[in-house]
Amino acid sequence: MQSKNRKFTRRSLLRGAIKGSAVLMSLPVLESFLNENGTAFADGVELPPCFGSWFFGLGLTPGRWEPEVIGSGYELPEHIAALNSVRDKLNVYSGLQVFLDGKVNQNHISGAQGQMTGIVTRSAADYDESFDAIIDKQFGANVRFRTLEVACDGNASSGWTARGKNGKTPCQISPLELYRRIYGEGFIDPNQAEFTPDPEVMVRHSVLSAVTEQRQKLMNSVSVDDRSRLDEYFTSLRDVEQKLAFELERPAPLPACSIPNLNDEEIGTMVAQVQNTHRQFATLLSHALACGQTRIFHVTLGNAFSTLRLPGEPSAYHALTHEEPIDPELGFQPKCKVIGEQCMGFLAELLEAMDSIQEGDGTLLDRSVVFAFTDHGEARLHSMKNLPVFTAGSAGGRLKTGIHVAAEGDAATRVGLTVQKALGVVSNRWGTDSNEVTTPFSEVLA
Amino acid sequence: MAQQSVNIPIASNKQMEFEPRHNKKLCLSALLAMLVLALPNSVFAQSSNDEQITFVRLSPDQYRNSIRDIFGESIQVSGNAASGGVREAGLMAVGGRRLTLSASEVESYEVLALDIAGQVLSQSRRSTLIPCSPQNEIAIDNACASEFISTVGLHLFRRPLSENEVETYAEMAAAATSSLGDFYVGLQAALVGMMVSPDFLFRIERSVPNPELPGTRQLDAWSRASRLSFFLWDTTPNPALLEAARSGELMFEDGLNQQVGRMMTSTRIEDGLRAFFADRLAFDRFDTLDIDTTLYPKFTKNVEDEAREQTLRTISDHLLNQEADYRELFDSRQTFLTPALAALYGVPIPIRQELGGRVPWVSYEYPQDHVRVGLLGQATFLSLFSHPGASSPTLRGKAVREHLLCQTIPPPPGDVDFSLVRDTDNPDFKTVRDRLTQHRDNPTCAGCHMLMDPVGLALEVFDASGVYRTMENGAPIDTSGEWAGQEYGDIRELATLLKDDPTLTSCLVQRAYNYGTAREPTRAEVQWLNATHVQLRNDGVRWRELIQRISSNPDFYTVPDSAVEN
Repeated sequence: MQSKNRKFTRRSLLRGAIKGSAVLMSLPVLESFLNENGTAFADGVELPPCFGSWFFGLGLTPGRWEPEVIGSGYELPEHIAALNSVRDKLNVYSGLQVFLDGKVNQNHISGAQGQMTGIVTRSAADYDESFDAIIDKQFGANVRFRTLEVACDGNASSGWTARGKNGKTPCQISPLELYRRIYGEGFIDPNQAEFTPDPEVMVRHSVLSAVTEQRQKLMNSVSVDDRSRLDEYFTSLRDVEQKLAFELERPAPLPACSIPNLNDEEIGTMVAQVQNTHRQFATLLSHALACGQTRIFHVTLGNAFSTLRLPGEPSAYHALTHEEPIDPELGFQPKCKVIGEQCMGFLAELLEAMDSIQEGDGTLLDRSVVFAFTDHGEARLHSMKNLPVFTAGSAGGRLKTGIHVAAEGDAATRVGLTVQKALGVVSNRWGTDSNEVTTPFSEVLA
Repeated sequence: MAQQSVNIPIASNKQMEFEPRHNKKLCLSALLAMLVLALPNSVFAQSSNDEQITFVRLSPDQYRNSIRDIFGESIQVSGNAASGGVREAGLMAVGGRRLTLSASEVESYEVLALDIAGQVLSQSRRSTLIPCSPQNEIAIDNACASEFISTVGLHLFRRPLSENEVETYAEMAAAATSSLGDFYVGLQAALVGMMVSPDFLFRIERSVPNPELPGTRQLDAWSRASRLSFFLWDTTPNPALLEAARSGELMFEDGLNQQVGRMMTSTRIEDGLRAFFADRLAFDRFDTLDIDTTLYPKFTKNVEDEAREQTLRTISDHLLNQEADYRELFDSRQTFLTPALAALYGVPIPIRQELGGRVPWVSYEYPQDHVRVGLLGQATFLSLFSHPGASSPTLRGKAVREHLLCQTIPPPPGDVDFSLVRDTDNPDFKTVRDRLTQHRDNPTCAGCHMLMDPVGLALEVFDASGVYRTMENGAPIDTSGEWAGQEYGDIRELATLLKDDPTLTSCLVQRAYNYGTAREPTRAEVQWLNATHVQLRNDGVRWRELIQRISSNPDFYTVPDSAVEN
C-alpha cells in the first residue's frame, strides 16, 4: 500500500494520516485548571494572579514626577499625569536607589539589572536570574507559555529578564509573530464547546519527552558552567513539552477571553512606531492573560541606550538626555521631558488595556501586578538615585494601591521583594550586597 | 537489512565537497558501514569515562548552512529561530560559548524542525534522501528507520550515533508510525527529535586526555572535524572530513594537514571568511541599524544591504582572489559597487543591465586623489558606528580601537554633563571637533576620548550614511590628527599609519584564533600567536596562510582545564 505524500507539518499531515480519528496517549494530568485549593477556577473561584514587568529607559525629570503627598490621596504631577486614568490602581515609589558597591556603573545597565536581578555585576555580560523567574517558579507550570517577552523597538536584545546566569531572554519584536504564536496553531479557545486533542500535538509531545530524557547522559560529562547552560536548555525544552501538553487538555471556560484584532505593524524606533508596537503588544498580552495562555510577561520599550526618536530629531532619546541643554527658564530638558511623558502614556495604555478586561467584579489588572522600572534617576548624569518606580494592580487584593511610597535612599530591590511577597514567594530575602533586602514595603502589602 | 544507498543532495558546485552527485550513494553508504562497524571498538567513541564535553551554540547561519549541506539547497529554512547572541571578547563566536536556548527559541526550533522534516520526507525527496524503502509504508520497519537515523544522525550530530541513540530515535519513529499508520511520518518524528536535540543545536566538543602531554586534554577526532569545518567553512563537516575523523587521521599531524590542505582549496573557504569578518566587524548591528532616511534619503534598505555586501565582497576578493596583504584593506582603492552605492559615494560607474533582478556589481577603483579609501571609507563601517541622525567620531573611534585593534575602552563615568557635545547651535563650537575638544577638558573623560576621537574625527568627512561632505554647520571639517606620535591630514594618511601599526595585524591573528576556538587563548597559545604574528608580518599578512597555520596548530584542538573543570 502506498502512503500519500504527507508532511509532518504541525497541522495538516498527521491529522490526515489518521483520518481524523483520535489517538489515545498517556498524558500527564495538568494542574492548569486547578487553583491552589484544587477547585476549577472557572467556577467563580478566584483567578490566579499575574505578573508583568515593564521597562522604560532614561528615567524621568527629577523633581517633576514625585507626588507631593506621601501615602494615599496623592495627585499625579504633570510629568506622570498620563497615568491618571489608573491612578487609584497605582503605587508610586520615589527615593529608591541601586547600590553599586564600588563597581563601575555600567551606564544604562546596572540600574535596571539591580532592580530585576537584585545583583549588580562588574561586567554587563554577567546577568543573573531575574525575579520574574522566581515568580514563575512560584506560579508553576500551569500555563501554555511560562513567560512572554516583547520589545517595542525592534531589538530582540532589549529585554531585562533571564532564567539563570546564561544570558538574557530574547524578546519578540513583532506583534504579528506574537499573535501567531498565541492565537495561531495550538490555541484552543477556552470558551468553545467542542474539544478534541490534536493527534499531531500528541506525537510532538512524545518526541520532546524522549529528547528530554537524554538530559542525564550529557549532564554527567559537562563542567559546572556548562551544566548550568545545559540545564537551562533542557528546562526550555521541558517548557515546550509542557506547552504541547497544555494544548492537549480541555481548557476551563474563561468568559473574559476573546481573540483580539491586530492592526498593521511598523517596527521602528520613532516614538510613534514604538507606541503603535507597544499598543499592539499591550492588547495581545492582556488578552493572553485573560485567556489563560500565560501569567507572566515582560515589556521593554527599548534597549538600555534608548533609541526612541522624535520626528525630525537627529539625536535619539539617549543622546538627547546627555546633549540637550537644560532650558534655563524651564529648568529641565524640554525634549527629554516630552519623551518621558509619552513613555508614561504608553504605560497607561497597557494598564488601561488590562483594566478594560472585566472578570467578574474585578478586572484583569486587579488580579495582576505590573512592575514598571527604569535604568536611571536622572539619565543626563547616569544617576542611580531617586529611581522612578511604579506598581499597578493589587494581585487580587494582596497589594494595596493608590499609595505614594517615599523611600529615603532605600534599595530599589525592596519593590521587587514586595511584589514577590504579594505573589506568594516564600523567601524573605532577595538581592546581594547592599541591594540585598529583607523588608518589603509593608505599607502596600495587604 | 540490506545496505542501501544514501543520497545527500548537492545543489551547487560548492556542495560538491559534500558528496559528488554521481557517486554519492556508494560513498555515503560505504562510509556509514565503516562508521557503524568501527563504533564499538573506536577509541573515539562517546561515553568514555575520561570524556568531558563543552559546547557552543550553533549560530543562525551555521544552522542554516548545516541544513543546506545535509539536505540540499532546495530545503527552505524560514527565519531565524535563535537570537543573534552576545559579543564576548570582541566576537559573537566567543559569546556562543555562554549561550543557551530560551523556551521561545526552542519552541521556534521545534516548529522549524517540523517544517524542515516535512520537506525532507516529502514524497518527491524520499528517493534521494532516504537510504532504504520500508517493507510496508503503513507499518513499522525498524531496520529501514534505523538506517535512516544512523545516516542522517551522523551528519546532524557530526559523529556516529551510538547503538542506544539509534534505538531511541528508532523507537520514536516506531511509536509515531504505530500511532499514525505511516512509516514516513514516523521518520519525520525521529528527524524532528534529532533536530531539537542539543547534539544538533549545539556544537558539542568532546575532549579526551592527551597521551603525549599528560595532564592536558584534546578534542576527540569528531570534535576536531567540527571545529575545523565551522572555522574554515562555517558549516557542518562534510563526508570526507567525517571519514578522516572516523579513521583517526585527524588526530595525527599528517592527516590533519592533509584535511586542512584539502579544505583550503575549496571555494567554501569564502563562506568561512565571510562569517568571520561579519562577526568581527559587528555586522549584528545591521539588525538594529536605524539610519534616519528623512535625513539621509539615499540610505535605503537596499543600499544598507548592498553596503554590507560591498564590504564582504571587497574583503573576500582582496584576501582570497588577490591573496593580498590584510593591511592593504585599509588603504586599498579597489572595491565593488552597485549603481545605488555609486550614487551614495558620488562616483560614476558604468551601468550594466542584468537579468533576473540581480544587483549589478562592478569592480571599481577610486582615482588616486580620491579621499575614500579602504574599509573605513565604506558605508558599512561609517553607518554601523553612527547615530541615527548624526555621525559619531566617538563611536567610530571606539569601533576602530575595539574591533580592529582589540583594545578595550572602559564605559564612560557617571555624573558627566555632555550637553556641550551636541549643542550644534553654539556659534563658538560649530563642528563636532570643537565640541569634543571642549568635552575633553573634563579630565575624567579626556583619557578615553583621546583614544577614540582623533581617528573618528578623520572620518568626519563622511556623514552617518557614508556620504562625503566637507563642511559642518558652515565650518570646514578638519580631519587632521595624530596616530602613534605621527601626524596625519586625512583618512588616507591615517590609513597609511594604521597599516604600519602592528596592533592592527596582531588583532587579526588573535581574533581569527579566538573565532575558531570560540574562547580566549591560554598563555601558551598567546605565545604561539605572538610568534605567528611576527612571522606573518615579515612575510605578508595573508589570510590563507593565517588560517592554515591556525588549523594545523595542535594547540588549536586542546581544551583548557578551565573549560572542563567540574
